[in-house]
Amino acid sequence: MNTPTLLLDGLPVPFSAGQTIMEAATAAGVFIPHLCHHPDFKPQGSCKLCTVKANGRYVSACTMPAKDGMEVENDSPDLNDKRRTLLQMLFVEGNHFCPSCEKSGDCLLQALAYELEMLTAHFAQFYPDRPVDASHPDVLLDFNRCILCELCVRASRDVDRKNVFALSGRGIGKHLIVNAESGRLADTGFSLADKAAHVCPVGVILAKRQGFLQPIGQRRYDRQPIAMQFASLPGSGGNGPEA
Amino acid sequence: MMANADFPLESASPIAGGVRRVALDPLSRVEGHGKVTLLLDDAGHVWQARLHIVEFRGFEKFIQGRPYWEVPVMVQRLCGICPVSHHLAAAKALDHVVGADELPPTAEKLRRLMHAGQILQSHALHFFHLSSPDLLFGFASDAARRNIVGIAAAHPEVARQGVLLRRFGQEIIRLTAGKRVHGTGAIPGGVNRALSPAERADLLAGIEQIIAWSRQAVQLVKRLHAADPELYDHFGTCRSSLLSIVGAGGVLDFYDGRLRARDADGRVLADAVHARDYAGLISEEVKSWSYMKFPFLSAIGPREGWYKVGPLARVQNCEAIATPMAEAERREFIAHGCGRIVHAPLAYHWARMIEMLHAAEAIEDLLHDDELSGSELRSSGARHHEGVGVIEAPRGTLIHHYRVGDDDLVTMCNLIVSTTHNNQPMNEAVRRVAQRYIDGQELTEGLLNHIEVAIRCFDPCLSCATHALGRMPLVIELLDASGRLVGRLAGAPDALSSGGGS
Ligand code: SF4
Ligand code: FES
Repeated sequence: MNTPTLLLDGLPVPFSAGQTIMEAATAAGVFIPHLCHHPDFKPQGSCKLCTVKANGRYVSACTMPAKDGMEVENDSPDLNDKRRTLLQMLFVEGNHFCPSCEKSGDCLLQALAYELEMLTAHFAQFYPDRPVDASHPDVLLDFNRCILCELCVRASRDVDRKNVFALSGRGIGKHLIVNAESGRLADTGFSLADKAAHVCPVGVILAKRQGFLQPIGQRRYDRQPIAMQFASLPGSGGNGPEA
Repeated sequence: MMANADFPLESASPIAGGVRRVALDPLSRVEGHGKVTLLLDDAGHVWQARLHIVEFRGFEKFIQGRPYWEVPVMVQRLCGICPVSHHLAAAKALDHVVGADELPPTAEKLRRLMHAGQILQSHALHFFHLSSPDLLFGFASDAARRNIVGIAAAHPEVARQGVLLRRFGQEIIRLTAGKRVHGTGAIPGGVNRALSPAERADLLAGIEQIIAWSRQAVQLVKRLHAADPELYDHFGTCRSSLLSIVGAGGVLDFYDGRLRARDADGRVLADAVHARDYAGLISEEVKSWSYMKFPFLSAIGPREGWYKVGPLARVQNCEAIATPMAEAERREFIAHGCGRIVHAPLAYHWARMIEMLHAAEAIEDLLHDDELSGSELRSSGARHHEGVGVIEAPRGTLIHHYRVGDDDLVTMCNLIVSTTHNNQPMNEAVRRVAQRYIDGQELTEGLLNHIEVAIRCFDPCLSCATHALGRMPLVIELLDASGRLVGRLAGAPDALSSGGGS
């Protein structure tokens, strides 16, 4: 029997039935930019960073099943321009201040900005006012950096079975909330041991008092650009910090 | 509006007799700014001179509500020239919050090394890049060459040594802080990385040359003083008290110690004051015409209690310097005062170069210490809700004070930076220089540069108060009594551009 194969930027990539384009690419060591995708969770296709062109149509690589003979365009100027614009919008919607952010070097958003050569924010900053939640003894929530990927929502609901997080509001008013009457993390069953405490790709859900213990320069994306990490570790395809 | 006799208000209606107002205003407002206003009467006599510094206090607010462990990294944005001083002052304040009242020796020595690197690079920048053009070419010399590029052409060896001294300091910062600018080396309770024996060996290979050049720099300043004692001893000279921290045993110490204040004659007014008691030692006065506060020694009061900080204060506040070459130079400096305190602003440069020599010698001593490569990097203990950190930044005493809640967020932040301490002495120096040199003269760029020279003795750029990046470009505007613009002069070009700004 023939292994089904798609063509990714002209490169034949075999896959097994049921895999998405993202999964097939990751297994082959090819990086497709993504934010809301994580190999441990059901894809939800919301951030659109993974947009590729499959047989001439824009689709989300993380949700689109791979098909035999499919021609997929990934690393092209057109797609990378669109992705860069999406990143720029994410940067201005929140308060992303990399020089003093403790997640710097371990942050997927920052790593993608480097990868896609985002040199400026381009759009005007929104400077939203988002107070932090420091009520929990072990975990700080800094909503300033939330990109609404819902990984914490999925992890808390599907793995931890605690349903601590949810998105609320619509459009530009959409934001992450904590499921407690008070709205405070301390009033939930959340624990630092939860899966949801370790999936945030940016610097929202943070173990307290750990901030700069690991020197800048020795962090995950300091060591090697993200795309190269996929090439050297085919199959890993992580999103967020190495546990 | 009320205007007291000493400081008539800037906004007061034109003063009888026809007063012209001359304002020196910076070209670049984006990076914070200072302005000098000279009030002249019809005869061209200086009526009043004032330095206005728009101090950016937004940081204190910004830091409130942030987690404490972020603060030492965040506060580095306060200054383009000495970010490491803020980094360390914040870490020292927060050491107390995390109960680390004694750091492991490795951590303390790495921080001392980082700070000595900072003193070296900042003093080199301040003297060679920003001040030596005035001193070597003359205050009113051709503005086009009065910069480090001009120095490189006329005195290539001086320029080269300045650049390499600074680079060496920056290299120490890179290795101890993780990055050349905005590193993360100091964390509350210690440091996050030690130096490897190989890194120490690399630095040691260059230190002898650095010490030799630092010695030559002291000789250069001494020659300048000897060549024109009238100028160097009297330019902008104003008597005041002195304030700095002094290390254990009364030695010069940039990193740690207790606060000491002397009066203008050198008598000790206060000694061994713990950093946490700073608020009892100094108060801050607000004046209607300036955004920046005017600190003074509470015991003496606002009129007489203002003081100088920085190299000139430190070198005369201590009883000794712990490294031999710098100590010999300190003795010579003290001898120059003939038993009196030296108050001349231009002597700041002399004291500064003595300090640079001490930093270089201290770096060598530290690099030989195997504890720099130790593995115990942090300590902690019982939490406190408050912490004060004091450090001698290149330009003077720097105080960081925080309160932190049980939830780890900062609830209060108060910073007193060197520029603020020196606010009144800088005003006095500007006034004296204006009266001596500008009075009755037709305004020229060279004359107005005299005022910049006076400010630059203390502070190259006013940057820690305004968060500017080492720039002090000034524009001069001449206004007549009715407020009409009758003349305009573009001031010094960007002095740092060729110096490889941070
Ligand atoms: S907190 Fe982190 S994981 Fe959760 S939605 Fe925001 S960015 Fe995603
Ligand atoms: S990664 Fe596919 S839409 Fe976010």
